[in-house]
Amino acid sequence: MGMGLLIDATRCIGCGACSSACKEQNKLPGKVEAVLTAYTWTTLQEREGLNVRRMCMHCEVPTCASVCPVAALTKTTDGPVVYDADRCMGCRYCMMACPFEVPKYQWDRPVPIIGKCILCAGRIKEGKPTACAEACPAEATLFGKKEDLIWEARTRIRQKPGAYVNQIYGLTEAGGTSVMMISNVPFDKLGLKSNLPAEPPAMRTWQVLSNIPDFVGVWGVFLYGVHWITARREDVSKAGSHDNGREDRS
Amino acid sequence: MNTAATLAPRRFRPGFWTIVFVVLFLAFCTVTVIRFTKGLGAVTHLSDQFPWGLWIGFDLLCGVGLAAGAFTLTAVVHLFNLKRFEPIVRPTILTGFLGYAFVIVALLLDLGQPWRIWHAIVYWNPHSVMFEVAWCVMLYTTVLAVEFSPVVFERFGFHAPARIIHRLITPLVILGVILSTLHQSSLGSLYLIVPSKLHPLWYSPMLPLHFYISAIGAGIGMVILESYLSGRAFHRHLEMDLLEPLARGMVVALGIYGLMRLQAIRRNHAFGSILEFGYEGQMFLLEFTLGVILPVVLMSFKRLRTHPDWLVGGAFLAVLGFVMNRLNVSITGMEAASGTRYLPSGMEIIVSLGLIATGMAVFAFAVRVFPIFPDGPATHSSGSEEGA
Repeated sequence: MGMGLLIDATRCIGCGACSSACKEQNKLPGKVEAVLTAYTWTTLQEREGLNVRRMCMHCEVPTCASVCPVAALTKTTDGPVVYDADRCMGCRYCMMACPFEVPKYQWDRPVPIIGKCILCAGRIKEGKPTACAEACPAEATLFGKKEDLIWEARTRIRQKPGAYVNQIYGLTEAGGTSVMMISNVPFDKLGLKSNLPAEPPAMRTWQVLSNIPDFVGVWGVFLYGVHWITARREDVSKAGSHDNGREDRS
Repeated sequence: MNTAATLAPRRFRPGFWTIVFVVLFLAFCTVTVIRFTKGLGAVTHLSDQFPWGLWIGFDLLCGVGLAAGAFTLTAVVHLFNLKRFEPIVRPTILTGFLGYAFVIVALLLDLGQPWRIWHAIVYWNPHSVMFEVAWCVMLYTTVLAVEFSPVVFERFGFHAPARIIHRLITPLVILGVILSTLHQSSLGSLYLIVPSKLHPLWYSPMLPLHFYISAIGAGIGMVILESYLSGRAFHRHLEMDLLEPLARGMVVALGIYGLMRLQAIRRNHAFGSILEFGYEGQMFLLEFTLGVILPVVLMSFKRLRTHPDWLVGGAFLAVLGFVMNRLNVSITGMEAASGTRYLPSGMEIIVSLGLIATGMAVFAFAVRVFPIFPDGPATHSSGSEEGA
């Protein structure tokens, strides 16, 4: 299941240490912006009196990775969805497809690449937590094994009845994500997508794409068959008219 | 080759269009320079909320779709063996090839790192529709070039290679039809992944089929339109005996397509959003009445179908409806979910217009130099006499 993050919106004090730590860790230029950009991979948005962290959710079956024509985006076994900028052609299909609208583009550069949170994949490899989780002074962003985090989230929800909405956002959304969130306000009011099916969107295209090899064979044989029949018919009709001609002459 | 003679009687009218072409082409070059020095943000109205705009919606989706006449007609002539349509196959293949070239140039501008376009050949991701699109563009452009090459060979007197291709024409056409089927439908499959973003008036699990069948309808419409346009430019007669049955094919394709669209909307329970008559509803009604219902109804009447003006009008509506559909899928239907409005920038429009102009100029040039139309450039002067 790999590693992940649990974000507890009720505990966040809005200090922004996570966003600053992210900028520093990933050497991103500029100030922390109000929305995600190619240079701001995580940010805080105030909704309903809460500070809501926005960042890549690191889906279990990432839509971005499924649509990337050159496999520049991949899901690692550790949990992060990582990005290989040297492969990317800049087609922006990941931006179109991401149900959480996370990947962002360097619109200001002549040779742009995508920017998005990579869950500090390098740090996780070294056994360290993500920079944002390490920086959080309020335990609002917890780093850990995903199953432990689910356990922790359920415990918090159970121990304080009424203090949380009885839902872990990210458990089933778009097939489940490595980053999860709990809150005392319904998630759609926090600007999070609430209409995401539990089936990963990637399956919808795979149902079509996986049939292509079969289709090519059948379609090819059918088309050749059509040609064979129509050409034969023409030959026959030619031969027929030829015979008629002979009869007429005789 | 009496090129001078063919040019002489038309020197006055193309003068205007030549100026238009040169201006558009220079503007296109300027935008290209800005694009590769200041980035896509400086040239387009694209944003993180709206990453695909006119260049995908029009240049890519419509460029490929309107090239569908090529595979449709090659199949009709070489597979269904309706040889009487042979005279209009060559211009159709040329249009198809130019359409694909148009798409590739547009992609080179739209991609962030166009010099990595070959990455799709090396780094595979068969789960990606874009991967399928990339392969289809590459392979089918090659097939179109090969299908067209005998024309070039003939022109320069290389008869041996032309004969080889002629012998291989059946497998070549079958390959082209398979690739086109995959490619036309895959452009619809591109949008399968956004069920939560694309408006229910356009989203459907059947999108690949919608795109495929509407491309056949509009592809035939394009064949009629280009026969008309080149007929006007080169003072040739409209081949009404060939185009009238094509219009019947167009009616069938558009009819099936229209029904499928209505079924998809019923399945999505989206008829309500037409009645609400909001932004999406209005755009849908415009697209569907003007681009599907009207051409189907008009072209069902033999009297209209056999009249050159009405025939061309019906074909124009089918093409217009097709373009509106692709723009609605790629832009109108995606706006609500993105939370923004997208209108292409002037520079985006210039690129699209510049590419169309270049395509038409290359077509006009090719028609003069190569034996593309049945009467051919050599016998052209007699054709213009007939027209006059």
